[in-house]
Amino acid sequence: MPQGLRDIRRRIRSVENTRKITQAMKMVAAAKLRRAQESAQAARPYAERIEDALRSVAQDASASRMPLLRPRPVGKVGYVVVTGDRGLSGPFNANILRRLQQEIGKGGEELFFAVGRKGRDYLRHRGHHIAKEYIGIGDYPRYYQAQALGEDIVRAFLDGEVDEVRLVYAQFVSAMTQRPVVQQLLPVERPQGGGGRQYIYEPDAEAVLTELVPHYLYALIYRALLESKASEWGARMTAMDSASRNSEELIRNLVLLLNRLRQAAITNEIAEIVGGANALQ
Amino acid sequence: MASTVPVSVVTPERELVTTEAEMVLVRGADGDLGILPHHIPLVTAVRPSVLEIRTPGGRARYAVTGGFLEVRGDQVTILARTAERPEEIDVARAEAAKERAEERLREHAEDVDTVRAQLALQRALVRLQVAEESRKTASV
Repeated sequence: MPQGLRDIRRRIRSVENTRKITQAMKMVAAAKLRRAQESAQAARPYAERIEDALRSVAQDASASRMPLLRPRPVGKVGYVVVTGDRGLSGPFNANILRRLQQEIGKGGEELFFAVGRKGRDYLRHRGHHIAKEYIGIGDYPRYYQAQALGEDIVRAFLDGEVDEVRLVYAQFVSAMTQRPVVQQLLPVERPQGGGGRQYIYEPDAEAVLTELVPHYLYALIYRALLESKASEWGARMTAMDSASRNSEELIRNLVLLLNRLRQAAITNEIAEIVGGANALQ
Repeated sequence: MASTVPVSVVTPERELVTTEAEMVLVRGADGDLGILPHHIPLVTAVRPSVLEIRTPGGRARYAVTGGFLEVRGDQVTILARTAERPEEIDVARAEAAKERAEERLREHAEDVDTVRAQLALQRALVRLQVAEESRKTASV
């Protein structure tokens, strides 16, 4: 057998192996995406209720005294950047960081809270000031992780290390589409809309508000972590799907090439035999 | 038939229970609360405590580690930081947390956050209490 044919066969085998891997990763991503979406779904009732409660309490006059609710002149801005710990997720991480890049560097001091290894590496590489990093959130973010992050930024805000905190993450639209967004975390924006109910607050509205606002913030962060995970797995699934498709096309073309060469080799051999026989006559 | 009020216990990660209750008992910011049907609208913080929900069929207890209680005319909602059924409680872990917190409080070192340690202790005690009570009822 000629050398060319063997090389092509080897190549086909290699691409087939790659395809098997990307196919498997796609299946894993699909399963994880489903779980991430379920987690996001399960988190919704709490988030809605706490938003509701805050909407009512925030109408109290004491709300304007709450440091966490009160905007102040912005000197230093903190960014919470939510990326994944791993790559092989298509443009997922790059899109978030590109969105971040549009946002920053407009003068003024900036401080970063890096969630995810990819974002951390990027920020570190560019020499940005990373206040804290959160690596190894895992495939299933837990509320206490969101709370720990929330507590850190609240402390930074109250200590005057930052005057405003923004969150950059990928909103989940569908498995195909993830939208990088920038959302303000601190000072906390009061939930929009009226429908304020009249409640009795124990011990009083101000005390309830003092406890409620941080928890509302943690719920916002938790939701962002869950959405980001769903986005990441969606992006990975899509990336692996197209990688599998590309492998298939490559294999198809290689098989075609292989058959053509094999056919040519056979034809050539027959021609030689016929030629040889004719010469003997 | 005694009158009841819909109650749901919701944590950030899941909706734990939704039921009809005759009475809901929990510790609020100002002390223990017992909520009956037709309570006036109320919002208060919830302290680490045993949440008891009395239903026409009996009563259920949960360990909650803080959060909020909201009463609207037609609905009682407990927005709990965490809420666990007795059988979900990791007794060994709660036991360890209790000892760690007590240790911290005993040391009284300057770098120990006393408030934090006390809260941790309360959470552990609540968990142990709920787990203990359910074991007792189970063995009867």
